[in-house]
Amino acid sequence: MSVRQVMLYTRFERFWHWTQMLLIVALLFSGFAVHGFNPALDFYNAVVLHTAGALALIVLWIFAIFWHLTTGNWRHYVPTANGLWQVARFYAWGIFHGERHPYRKAYWRKHNPLQALSYLALKLMLFPLIWATGLAYLFYSLWSAIPGASTMLEGVALAHTLVAFAILAFIIIHVYLLTTGHSFAEHVKPMITGFDTVDLTPEEEAYLERDEPRHIR
Amino acid sequence: MNFRLEPGVAPSARTDSDSTADHSKYEILRGPFSSGPEVTQACLSCHTEAGKQFMHSIHWTWEYVHPETGQTLGKKTLINNYCTNARGNEGMCAQCHAGYGWKDNSFDFGDQANIDCLVCHDRTGTYYKTPNSEGNEACTIMFEGRDPIDWAGVAQSVGLPGRENCGSCHFFGGGGDGVKHGDLDSSLTHASRALDVHMDEDGLNFSCTECHVSHQHQWAGSRYNVVAHDTEGTGLPGQRRDVATCESCHGIAPHPKDRLTGIKLNNHVDRVACQTCHIPSMARGGVATMVDWDWRTAGKTRDGEGYKEKNYTQGNGEHRATYKSIKGDFKYAEDLPPSYAWFDGQMVYTTIETQFDPSKAPIEINHFKGSRDDPNSRIWPFKRMHTIQPYDKGRNTLVYMHLWGDDNDAFWGNYDFANAIETGMTNNGIEYSGQYGFIETRSYWPITHMVAPAEQALDCAECHRPQGRLAELNGFYMPGRDRNRWVDGLGLLMLVGSIGGVAGHGALRAISRRRRKQA
Repeated sequence: MSVRQVMLYTRFERFWHWTQMLLIVALLFSGFAVHGFNPALDFYNAVVLHTAGALALIVLWIFAIFWHLTTGNWRHYVPTANGLWQVARFYAWGIFHGERHPYRKAYWRKHNPLQALSYLALKLMLFPLIWATGLAYLFYSLWSAIPGASTMLEGVALAHTLVAFAILAFIIIHVYLLTTGHSFAEHVKPMITGFDTVDLTPEEEAYLERDEPRHIR
Repeated sequence: MNFRLEPGVAPSARTDSDSTADHSKYEILRGPFSSGPEVTQACLSCHTEAGKQFMHSIHWTWEYVHPETGQTLGKKTLINNYCTNARGNEGMCAQCHAGYGWKDNSFDFGDQANIDCLVCHDRTGTYYKTPNSEGNEACTIMFEGRDPIDWAGVAQSVGLPGRENCGSCHFFGGGGDGVKHGDLDSSLTHASRALDVHMDEDGLNFSCTECHVSHQHQWAGSRYNVVAHDTEGTGLPGQRRDVATCESCHGIAPHPKDRLTGIKLNNHVDRVACQTCHIPSMARGGVATMVDWDWRTAGKTRDGEGYKEKNYTQGNGEHRATYKSIKGDFKYAEDLPPSYAWFDGQMVYTTIETQFDPSKAPIEINHFKGSRDDPNSRIWPFKRMHTIQPYDKGRNTLVYMHLWGDDNDAFWGNYDFANAIETGMTNNGIEYSGQYGFIETRSYWPITHMVAPAEQALDCAECHRPQGRLAELNGFYMPGRDRNRWVDGLGLLMLVGSIGGVAGHGALRAISRRRRKQA
């Protein structure tokens, strides 16, 4: 095993991550303005920004889903119990006692088990929920004529709001966890340069050096 | 002074110049004429069918049988909460009847010579009407000092009605300029763009009949039976021009379809009337509208004479009466936001026959149905009029008052409610208990004129916020207005939990790090 700097976050993944971040911030900012919690934006502009942001994020997501499936990157998010307990124990105990993070990044497992599980939950639960409710909300005029539509719209809107709160809570924790390593900057850097420190097997190292020389330093 | 015509105000610019006839060239219109009916007969000698057609018009019959409710409505019958009843007071009120001489039940509705063509078709702005019968002395000075009508002159200047023609009655409903409707007053004769984008004198300069299209002297547009939700929109050329709805010109998806906001606004038109957003407020032209009338104080005199107090100065500088001995106390408003309600277009009236429960006051002079769940209903703007007016305390009905007349019972001049009501009821053959009281009433006037230019339409947040314009409408969820405290509570709990969690975790890390360093 050798520890090397490897291209873990390719250009599209970084583009996806940061564009998604910007759009989600815009959607939270405008969404809570629609909800009446954000006086910095009036209702008209909030609706325009929220709708435009949502449509842009849908397009981005179509590309991202395609990318996950075709590149095989979906495998990073397959849940595993292997090491999950140790990571959880680290955040609840070890971190206060100067222990080292128990997880070592691997070439085909760049997230720790807890991280992978929470991203998976975000992608398979919170995001689909916000999309389903958001699209139903956006296209209300297509189903507003069915009996009880207004009551259903209320349910849709309330669910949408609740999920938005959950996503905001996720972001708070997500950003906080960036501070738990050596430094905040060190955590953010891989998502900018794409290179992260990874334990490579000799085979992986040999493959990268020979076939992907620009992806290993 | 006449309360229906403003001296010195020029007529609106004519838009009928493409007519193929010049009425000043007709021999028969040279007169001489000495009265209105003589002019009418001259008109009818060429317009052979106009008399018959006009006699079916509500402007002539003052009667309307509602096709949905079966109620007999119209000025001939109804009681409102302004001057209350035209019935029995035709000598005064029928100045707004498009005919000559209706002062009592002897009026001949079958005589075409009694039709007043000029009140609608004179385009000189000099024609006027005076009461058909004498009132008490207290009321005579209102109609003095007018130049005599130049009958041949006005007969030769006829044309399609201008705004001031329709306005000579419809601007002055309720007994004065702008009193009744809120969206109709004399400021529309020479309207600016900001006041009404269609009637804008320097722009489209629409006359009333551009929208209230007529067919054989029948006009589109009714406040008794409103097309509250036009789902047909425009017709192909030559097809549809039979309604006065906005949609009949603008279509049913009037906002730009290539823009996000336009699409969103088009998605509103099935539930929100055009008028709701495009008429941000009423009485914007410098003329006030009346919002409150208290009949209880009517009848006070000074040295035995009736008097007026003019304590309201409206936008155009004119002083308006806040008290009149003949009518009571008034309150006015200008630039007034309408009230809003779901409306299916069908007005149901409290008529002279309707018995009500006085404990349920305010009694609604007219009410209507409408709800979120009715596809024919939309959210409409209304002027809401509040009045305290006499009623029959024994039979719990409204009353006809005898207001006008040169006699000892007419309220105007004698100031005795008991006599005025007794006479008003008896003369019209209505049962009366002999006991009158005062009761709170409300009436609702759908607002549809004073359409502002598009850029002055309501901002979304006027309604989409808590305590916005639609705060009182229930039964549906509206973004920006409605929230659920459980959802908000749970959401905030999540936020507080996550922020508290990371703050606690971070603090523990900092403390433990310091301890390890010290150790």
